[in-house]
Amino acid sequence: MAAHLKKRVYEEFSKVVQIPHEEAPAKKLRLSKPSKSAALHVDLCKATNSTDALQYLLQFARKPVEAESVEGVVRILLEHYYKETDNSVRLKIASLLGLLSKTQGFSPDCIIDDAINTLSNEKSHQVLAQLLDTLLVIGSQLPESPAIRQRLIEMACKHLSDTYFGVRNKCLQLLGCLGMADTPLTKDNEGPGTSLVGSKDVQSIISDYFGDQDPRVRTAALKAMLQLHERGIKIHEIIYEQACRLLLDDYEQVRSAAVQMVWVLSQLYPESIVPIPSSNEEIRLVDDVFGKISHMVSDGSWMVRVQAAKTLGSMLQVSPHFLEQTLDKKLMSDLRRKRTAHERAKDLFASGEFSSGRKWADDAPKEKLDTNTVNLIASGACGAFVHGLEDEMFEVRIAAVEALCQLARSSPSFAEKCLDFLVDMFNDEIEEVRLQSIHVLREISTHITLREDQLDTVLAVLEDSSRDIREALHELICYTNVSTKECIQLALLELLKNLNKYPTDRNSVWKCLKFLGSRHPTLVLPLVPELLSTHPYFDTPEPDMDDPAYIAVLVLVFNAAKSCPTMPALFSDHTFRHYAYLRDSLSHLVPPLRLPGSGLDLVDSSCGSGSVESAQVFLQQSLNRVNTIQNLDAPGAQDLLDFTIRDLRRLGELQTELAGAADFCATYLRCQLLLMKALQDRLWSMAVPLCLKQNVTATAAAQQILEETYKLEFLYSGLESRQVATIHHVRLQAKALQLVLTARTRQGLDLLMSSCEKFLQDIESFQRLFQAELPHLQDSFVDKLLELMPRLSSCKPVEMVKILQTTLRQSGLLHLRLPEQIHRATATIIEPTGESDNPLRFTSGLVVALDIDATLEYVQDPQNTVKVQVLYPDGQGHVIHPKPGDFRKPGPYRHRLITQVYLSHTAWTEPSQVEVRLLLAYSSSSASLSSQSLASKLGWSDSTDSPSPPEAAVEGTIPFSKSVKVFIMPKPTRR
Amino acid sequence: MPEIKVTPLGAGQDVGRSCILVSIGGKNIMLDCGMHMGYNDDRRFPDFSYITQNGRLTEFLDCVIISHFHLDHCGALPYMSEMVGYDGPIYMTHPTKAICPILLEDFRKITVDKKGETNFFTSQMIKDCMKKVVPLNLHQTVQVDDELEIKAYYAGHVLGAAMVHIKVGSESVVYTGDYNMTPDRHLGAAWIDKCRPDILISESTYATTIRDSKRCRERDFLKKVHESIERGGKVLIPVFALGRAQELCILLETFWERMNLKAPIYFSTGLTEKANHYYKLFITWTNQKIRKTFVQRNMFEFKHIKAFDRSYADNPGPMVVFATPGMLHAGQSLQIFKKWAGNEKNMVIMPGYCVQGTIGHKILNGQRKLEMEGRATLDVKLQVEYMSFSAHADAKGIMQLIRMAEPRNMLLVHGEAAKMEFLKGKIEQEFSIDCYMPANGETATVTTNPSVPVDISLNLLKREMALGGPLPDPKKPRTMHGTLIMKENSLKLVPSEQALKELGLNEHQLRFTCRVPLQDPHSDTDTLHRVYTHLKSVLKGYTIQHLPDGTVMVESIVIKVSSSAEDTNSKVLLLSWSYQDEDLGSFLSTLLKKGLPSGLC
Repeated sequence: MAAHLKKRVYEEFSKVVQIPHEEAPAKKLRLSKPSKSAALHVDLCKATNSTDALQYLLQFARKPVEAESVEGVVRILLEHYYKETDNSVRLKIASLLGLLSKTQGFSPDCIIDDAINTLSNEKSHQVLAQLLDTLLVIGSQLPESPAIRQRLIEMACKHLSDTYFGVRNKCLQLLGCLGMADTPLTKDNEGPGTSLVGSKDVQSIISDYFGDQDPRVRTAALKAMLQLHERGIKIHEIIYEQACRLLLDDYEQVRSAAVQMVWVLSQLYPESIVPIPSSNEEIRLVDDVFGKISHMVSDGSWMVRVQAAKTLGSMLQVSPHFLEQTLDKKLMSDLRRKRTAHERAKDLFASGEFSSGRKWADDAPKEKLDTNTVNLIASGACGAFVHGLEDEMFEVRIAAVEALCQLARSSPSFAEKCLDFLVDMFNDEIEEVRLQSIHVLREISTHITLREDQLDTVLAVLEDSSRDIREALHELICYTNVSTKECIQLALLELLKNLNKYPTDRNSVWKCLKFLGSRHPTLVLPLVPELLSTHPYFDTPEPDMDDPAYIAVLVLVFNAAKSCPTMPALFSDHTFRHYAYLRDSLSHLVPPLRLPGSGLDLVDSSCGSGSVESAQVFLQQSLNRVNTIQNLDAPGAQDLLDFTIRDLRRLGELQTELAGAADFCATYLRCQLLLMKALQDRLWSMAVPLCLKQNVTATAAAQQILEETYKLEFLYSGLESRQVATIHHVRLQAKALQLVLTARTRQGLDLLMSSCEKFLQDIESFQRLFQAELPHLQDSFVDKLLELMPRLSSCKPVEMVKILQTTLRQSGLLHLRLPEQIHRATATIIEPTGESDNPLRFTSGLVVALDIDATLEYVQDPQNTVKVQVLYPDGQGHVIHPKPGDFRKPGPYRHRLITQVYLSHTAWTEPSQVEVRLLLAYSSSSASLSSQSLASKLGWSDSTDSPSPPEAAVEGTIPFSKSVKVFIMPKPTRR
Repeated sequence: MPEIKVTPLGAGQDVGRSCILVSIGGKNIMLDCGMHMGYNDDRRFPDFSYITQNGRLTEFLDCVIISHFHLDHCGALPYMSEMVGYDGPIYMTHPTKAICPILLEDFRKITVDKKGETNFFTSQMIKDCMKKVVPLNLHQTVQVDDELEIKAYYAGHVLGAAMVHIKVGSESVVYTGDYNMTPDRHLGAAWIDKCRPDILISESTYATTIRDSKRCRERDFLKKVHESIERGGKVLIPVFALGRAQELCILLETFWERMNLKAPIYFSTGLTEKANHYYKLFITWTNQKIRKTFVQRNMFEFKHIKAFDRSYADNPGPMVVFATPGMLHAGQSLQIFKKWAGNEKNMVIMPGYCVQGTIGHKILNGQRKLEMEGRATLDVKLQVEYMSFSAHADAKGIMQLIRMAEPRNMLLVHGEAAKMEFLKGKIEQEFSIDCYMPANGETATVTTNPSVPVDISLNLLKREMALGGPLPDPKKPRTMHGTLIMKENSLKLVPSEQALKELGLNEHQLRFTCRVPLQDPHSDTDTLHRVYTHLKSVLKGYTIQHLPDGTVMVESIVIKVSSSAEDTNSKVLLLSWSYQDEDLGSFLSTLLKKGLPSGLC
């Protein structure tokens, strides 16, 4: 046998060398390595005792095995397996079998028989468990063959009665991963006497083990059931009662899995009716589950509590009655009903009394309670969140807050109720929890209006020393509705205090006030005289225009005035002047106002709100107009493009909603324009030496088009594959142009050959990528090229260049269709501002940390793509990758980068400026990320066209923020 | 039946001087040994004469367990161990062991030095007493002797407070001491596993109260302090030195840190500094937040809180001062109060309950003019606030603990009788378990049903396994044959052969024989055959053999036919079976007594 095997191994050894690689070019050399199986065999034969063998196996496991030799290796392992007496070695071999069968390109169905065979002869429980695990791996490698599955499942059923828990675990896991819904199975462990009961389906077999004596097996059974559910098999409702019983299990992992199980059932059968034990009533299953899981929120194990709290959040079908119970907590003191602080605060507010000093016994208990009605054990959902939010572990609290958020978003009345509790969480001892609850409150803030006392609590957090908390709170205030003018005043007051205490919050506070003003114009109106400190008789001194606090007040007032036309009448003269100034300097914060007698009137009225549609129409019309370009002669066409680009750019400035789309179109048209100019140069037909100059401009144009196409592709989000195809098309044209230009410079045939080759590859990859889009590209450049493809690939470079040249000149403009939403990624560096005249001084050779604070909009996956570039005056540059933790996400499509970059340089004689800007990195890998839909559709896993980066920028990056200059001064070291 | 007896010497339907005697499985244990704050006479300490009239307690008690360092739980300890006399082990957790002597010493000083009492324990006695202490770790099982083992669980309440699980054989009792089911700023919540004790002895201070969320109270407190500070006022917080004071300190400290406040916070010195030191050491006993962050910074190393000096009280500007004692009846807190009372910008916050007659009680009730000693009156202009920070479990918390531990019986101590009554009713109703609430000196007796462990021989087990299904099914009890041998305090279940061998006995077979008269006209052999076919048709699934020697065997039961000489029609069936087959044998005999059916051939 051994000899035979050895022979096989050597056969295989030679096979490795001989297999002709179909795709590889013929000339490629392939180095052959001696097969691993041979080496292993030798090793294993050498092994004198089990420890040695184990060592060899361990070493072997560290190295990868080629797909071709896997089978041989498996044979050798199996042979050794049969001979081996030591359990641990057999165990290792079994695990190796599993590992090997995962090797890519190896189909494990050939070893399945052997594996099953070994299984039936194995005595050791541990090895048995490992073998089953191996079978599981094999089984999941072969999802397509029901016969093998059936066999494996039968094996699993057979071993389910093993006495070792590990074997039962693995069997259940196997059933969970491979079990099918419809196949009845014979459970043959029961002996011949009971075989009448016989055929059972997978689910009932698994659910039999819900009552196993070993908690680990119970857990495994639940997990297997969940696995079945994940694989899309509908779980029967019958197991509900069993699962509920497991909620009371002694072991936490069982309870945790049971929570999941019960939850799954509640999602599958929300409306079915279950009886309440010890009463005749019946309730919906989802309500019952909700009650039970709520109960688990006060479980003894915090893991279960986290699980339960999380799960609650996703049970949106629960009846409102049950939902509101979760916040219910009846207080009593000495058997008298007591009101919660929340209720008291509400009453206080309702009675119109303003913040009373605390009276002794103000919380004195009121009416006497009937002892029978007091329910101490929270039945069902009672007070689940009250418990969850007060939990010892912050993980539970966070989970509870998140669950509250999810539930509140779907139920406004619940949102109203949970408000008090969320506001309370602002005072948690752990910052994460505070932050999370602020975020949550923001998310549900559309449903709620804050009362004054609540607002008071919320605003108290503004003094928090953590910047994240403050910013989150500002964000919250932006979205908050308040009810009275006192609230506005309070908010303003606190914000100004905040501004005073933390001047760095300036921008954030202003923005906050902008929203506060525009949300509550009528509430601001009565406050205006006080805010602007105007007086009916006396002139008041003109406030200092540079005072951030005064600007803050103005921002509030002006934004309120936008929808309150009577307000400007209350302004004093200097207010108007300040308005003009602020409108200019802080235009993003100060809205255009219709002011009586100001010249601004005209401009502003022209672009009131509601013109988005008309702008959209205009955009569409411009694009359509461009379409007619084919019919125009060259200069006319260029003019048209020029004008359209200008129009679009202006449109983008005016209509922020359409900025992305307009910009995108403009850039695209600019590419076309450049292309057109380059092609329509009259000197094209001229002899080469004469047109060197034109060559230079055309080369530059081609280069520029390439750059622009990368920008088009990676800077804008919301592109569909149609647009991506269009962009690639332009890029292809630019490349063709480059090729033609290279040919004309005659730098040598080799270069031309290789670039021709490359171009052909580009065309191929284009065809592969955009197969689905090709029908839309009729009559285009590519379309024509593809027609000529057979000729192109066979002809000589010179001929090819000629073809290209004519095709290029003949091909027209590809019509650009706009996607629904298109946004341009933007970045604004807030800090450093670049205004400081004081240089940052540091000793040369050491580093100085520069704080960077920037907002990013519409950037996908900023953790990987956004870099900071620092350019020193000597032309040196650095690209710094910020840590993933430096990115925060304050809102949808928005990110905030707060990081530090380290600067260093040799000594300078005088301070000078370094430039800091943000770059958006792109690469073929990130391209496949951003267009995952594409990748999945086209099977585009290894894109061959790694885009050659434009040389001007740093490799594969697009600068997308304005650069900021920072004054630095590295001092020479003192000795 | 074995019994567990619980007798409170203190804290039975009462708060104060906790001292509970438990006898379990022949062991006597004293749980806590506290003093009563309300008395200054003999009633101050538990009545140890209940245990023995004269002589030392050592021989009557197996161990003493102290749950935490509050004086109503450990105040009588030196008295008991040194003056009454006890030399056995005293168990308490490490923090309790560290802090307890400080408090005892303080208590001694006040009683002896200030009040001038004699016949009180001395400093040396406290030291001697502490030498008898064996420290406990959380979740560590300590063997007191061969049978008695105790295990401590976390109880919240104060630093080092523990619940104890006492176990003798399979009987067990859990004593909670004081505990808190909601976490606070420095301690976590009590936790116990599903240990299913026979009795759970729980405190019930807040038996009739369900409390509001802690957060509201904290927020209120912080807001009050913050507002007052911003106004430029001074805030006085009278506290007891240990426990709540640390919680409030952490609360203020973190708030100061969060809000970037600069006003100074002072802590009047005394025993607090020492205690704070221990708080720093026993980080593992604190809550999640402090445990997680102590590597960066120990929360008890206060940045903003400094030691107070008498002269600081006159400093201008806002400040917060923690001062002892908590009820404003004497000492530093009263001095500061007098200084600050006149200014309405100032504030005093009472964080706990005040006994009647103290100044704290008066001002809480709104009195604005106080008469001081020396006929002077004091105008109280400053604001008076009340905040309740108490660390006992409320009714819900008690119920939660019961749910966690799943006891078979419940016993309430450390609470007022009327309130206990309510909770007792609730417990009995919700959990349907018995609940006791003995008064001091009254004994509650609980009979237990302990399981008796029996060793089973592997052979027997394997044999039984081979007969039935492979896995034991807890739901289906199975009968098995074996011999129970009781020998030298141990029980063994062995196969009968082995038992015989061990005991040196011969095996005797016990056989039942039975004669069944039968009227049958056939010959003997035919009758036998008819019996055979009859049985064959009735007993399916049994092996029935017709042996050539004229017998029928059903399993091991032998059936023979004999006919009397005079009347060949009346025959007698002889049945014989061993006692193992008693079931089948008696079945057969009744079956055959009915006669053979006529239809048989």
